[in-house]
Amino acid sequence: MGTLSERILGAPAGTYVDHRVDRAFAHDGTGVLTLESYRQMGAKGLFDPSRIHVIFDHIAPANNSVTATLQHELREFATSSFLNFSDIGGGICHQCMSEGVVLPREVVVGADSHSCTLGAFGAFATGVGATDMAAIWLTGETWFRVPETIGIRLTGSLTGTAEAKDLALTIVSRLGMDGATYKALEYIGDGAKTLSMDDRLTVCNLAVETGAKTGMFYADEVTIEYLKTFGITTEPQAPNQAVYEQELEIDLGSIAPVIAVPPRVDAVQPVHELAGLTLDQVFVGTCTNGRYSDLVRFAKIVKGKKVAVRTIVVPASQAVLAEAIRTGVLADIAEAGCVIGTPGCGPCLGAHMGVLGEGEVCLSTANRNFKNRMGVGGEIYLASVATAAASALEGEITEPEAF
Amino acid sequence: MQGKGKAICLPADIDTDVIIAGRYLRTKDRSVWAEHVFEDLDQALAKNLKGAIIVTGKNFGCGSSREQAAIALKEAGVVAVVAPSFARIFFRNAINIGLPLIEAEVPCANGRLVTFDLNAGWVDTGTGRHKIAPLSLKMLAILKAGGLVAYWKVKK
Repeated sequence: MGTLSERILGAPAGTYVDHRVDRAFAHDGTGVLTLESYRQMGAKGLFDPSRIHVIFDHIAPANNSVTATLQHELREFATSSFLNFSDIGGGICHQCMSEGVVLPREVVVGADSHSCTLGAFGAFATGVGATDMAAIWLTGETWFRVPETIGIRLTGSLTGTAEAKDLALTIVSRLGMDGATYKALEYIGDGAKTLSMDDRLTVCNLAVETGAKTGMFYADEVTIEYLKTFGITTEPQAPNQAVYEQELEIDLGSIAPVIAVPPRVDAVQPVHELAGLTLDQVFVGTCTNGRYSDLVRFAKIVKGKKVAVRTIVVPASQAVLAEAIRTGVLADIAEAGCVIGTPGCGPCLGAHMGVLGEGEVCLSTANRNFKNRMGVGGEIYLASVATAAASALEGEITEPEAF
Repeated sequence: MQGKGKAICLPADIDTDVIIAGRYLRTKDRSVWAEHVFEDLDQALAKNLKGAIIVTGKNFGCGSSREQAAIALKEAGVVAVVAPSFARIFFRNAINIGLPLIEAEVPCANGRLVTFDLNAGWVDTGTGRHKIAPLSLKMLAILKAGGLVAYWKVKK
């Protein structure tokens, strides 16, 4: 029967295929070069605008006039091409695509490395660069090498303060930064069924930090119920009988709060080993951990208290922001002294809204802690939402159990 | 497709933030990327890349999908990159902009002559010919055209 990748792409691992792309998206960062390449190809029109999305999230709103001018050109093109356009504040591309757009079994390609996030739906979802995306705009398809697959067999369920983020970081540390290069990950076993869609999106988001082409869950009742809330009816994917190139077994009950130490995402340690490290900033948000359930968890911990360090909270989308306003979650976060940012990527890529200064240390719920990423001379520690909340209250790295 | 250049040896796991930092991305001026390539690794490197072949460790180009990383190397004059493995988006980007990548684990000595032949499938960093992982026919066709833009111009 094959792996999910083999089933969706319709060929055995190792084969090169040209395949239709069901959903293609680019953002304000990659979209500028995509448009340039697209025009250089001498294109007369988009292959199918209904399958193409342009989503402004990376520097949104624009930070200076150079960015604004680049965005202006892309916006003009997007709004005049009948494609699906989401302007500033609409949210992060991966989050927007997860809100009732991407479906199980689809081939989804984003001009962003974290496009693997959408594998959470049982879709073949992967990232490409700008020129690849331009060719997809032109032809509606692209080439893939059908990947070999590593099966991540999950048992049990998460306990205590451990979150999907702790699981995701643990998987990265077990496989290493290039442990799955050119390959796909499939999260299987009874433990996978215990994870919510938000959990799955977080886990798949970090697949690329192992070098993987995508990370995928089989669409099951959890997926079906989630899509129902967007008025979509779909079928689950038959349980796998795939043979994996390699299997990794993880007992979810053994997952504890962890932190990735700069500058490597696979340099993972238990939170208690770093407890007491002084912080200059805490950042909660991104395509990893900026969803409504993340804001709820954060608010529960900080409600009625005050943060001891500057703390930036950025909802992943307008829908997340609106929900957090409706339910009062956002008020709890604001009253605890946090700064609320425009839905989007926030300071994750070091362009605006919370860039670090020389020698500053940030605890972030994002997915990358590379050297200088959030500002020259700044250091990024990656952790869960609960660890971020506990640490924000103390102004230093703090285990969530303390609350 | 053949080529040659002087070796520049770099370590493993070099990410795209290190190749070209996010702070230089908001422009279409390619000379900016060439000027600041590898700035956070070694500020002197950018000026020494003309006619160079980068010989590096595994997982070169990991991290973000920014095509500017591959463009920066090409604009700075890099002839090709040799590594035991590449991050897959960087791999596609490099081929798409016409920068040859050579998948091989080879010894490296700074400044020594490196030669390669993609069609014949070998690279020589001064210690004899090493076999390289073959590129697909499509990738070779894209490289031969000079990148994906030119490839589609010809195809249409």
